[in-house]
Amino acid sequence: MLFMYALTGVGLFFIGLYTLIIHVNLLRKILALNIMGCGVFLVLISLAMRSGYSSPDPVPHAMVITGIVVTVSATALALVLMLKVLEMTGKAELYDEEEV
Amino acid sequence: MEIVTHLFDGLLCIVLLLVAWQSLTSSDLFRAIVLFIAFGLLMALVWGRLNALDVAMAEAAIGAGLTGALLLAALAKYQTLSSIDKTDSDNIVDKRQKNQ
Amino acid sequence: MIVDKKKGIKRMTRLLLIVLLSLLAAALGYVILTLPKSAVNLQELVAHNVATSGVSNPVTAVLLNFRAYDTFLEMVVLLVAMLGVWSIKEVPIEPITDIRNPVLDTLSGLLVPFLILFSAYLLWVGAHAPGGAFQAGSVLGAALVLLLLSGRQPFLAFQGLYLHFTLVASTALFTSIALFTLLVTGELLKYPLAQADTIIFILESIATISIGLTLALLFFGIYAKQKEKQ
Repeated sequence: MLFMYALTGVGLFFIGLYTLIIHVNLLRKILALNIMGCGVFLVLISLAMRSGYSSPDPVPHAMVITGIVVTVSATALALVLMLKVLEMTGKAELYDEEEV
Repeated sequence: MEIVTHLFDGLLCIVLLLVAWQSLTSSDLFRAIVLFIAFGLLMALVWGRLNALDVAMAEAAIGAGLTGALLLAALAKYQTLSSIDKTDSDNIVDKRQKNQ
Repeated sequence: MIVDKKKGIKRMTRLLLIVLLSLLAAALGYVILTLPKSAVNLQELVAHNVATSGVSNPVTAVLLNFRAYDTFLEMVVLLVAMLGVWSIKEVPIEPITDIRNPVLDTLSGLLVPFLILFSAYLLWVGAHAPGGAFQAGSVLGAALVLLLLSGRQPFLAFQGLYLHFTLVASTALFTSIALFTLLVTGELLKYPLAQADTIIFILESIATISIGLTLALLFFGIYAKQKEKQ
């Protein structure tokens, strides 16, 4: 049962990574990054219960709580940066030089 | 009784992957963000199932609630600042094809 | 010709990406499925030492006592994100003159007092049941966001020095407690046994207020309208 959740976490991570690479729009990239982070947290916490004890290992729980708070502050900063790019160039996308 | 629990876990994992996929590949940005909030709440359910109750509370409040509010506020700014509307097609190779 | 070639390249790039990512996912799944039993029993260690940490909830004990350094740095991360948002976009604390939504008015009037009370409860119960500073801080942040959205202006009267002081308070308190423990017990963030629960409670209370205010201000940084530049 636990390994089903861990594999779901791996699946979420790679779905997020594929979307991060494919899409150009910055808001979608931010969504993809958040989902990748949630996948990592799922792997961490499902592996916290795998030894035979009845209560889970609290150290990964503490790490994931810290991770959730750091994710939300990084998302807020990324959204402000995206709005600044949008304000200055009119599109929420970042191009390499030779494509413009 | 065990089989019902396993069935519930399996169903939860499948729904998690489906909602993440739909959120990342939807062409309407508003729909993507709303599905992301739903994804966050499903993650809170998964944390409850994995016996990680502190993480469940933190994820429901911060991951689903506050990140959803941040994304929706950014989407509202996005629509007033940019010239394109809510639905956008933005795959990277489509953009290269359009700029030819 | 070019269009067909571009279409071919488009499909091949995506296919190659999908194949590579599936290989990576399979490898990672294999690694996870064949992990050995854990060699270091952190559960035993934490359960053994939780009685000396001042709280009885193991997650709170780990967050605020055994790995207090991580929590300290997390406060710094919140502060730095706040500074980043403020340095990119100036947030005008000015009156919001939109028409107020009656549903939001009533709902926020009913919910905000309850949320503040609930946040205080979560802070208190974190010592012996699931709860704690981060959960309480996020509920407080949600209450402040509701106040912002309903048109009431909590930041109009509370700005300038008070605001900045409350934002920095948690990091400053953590730093001073770290110095204090360094002086008293000789090791960084090793609480003296008799005062451990008091120190944890003080840290959690100030952290709750700081976290709630930081989260609400992060939201306000995105939501607020820019001042008209003449």
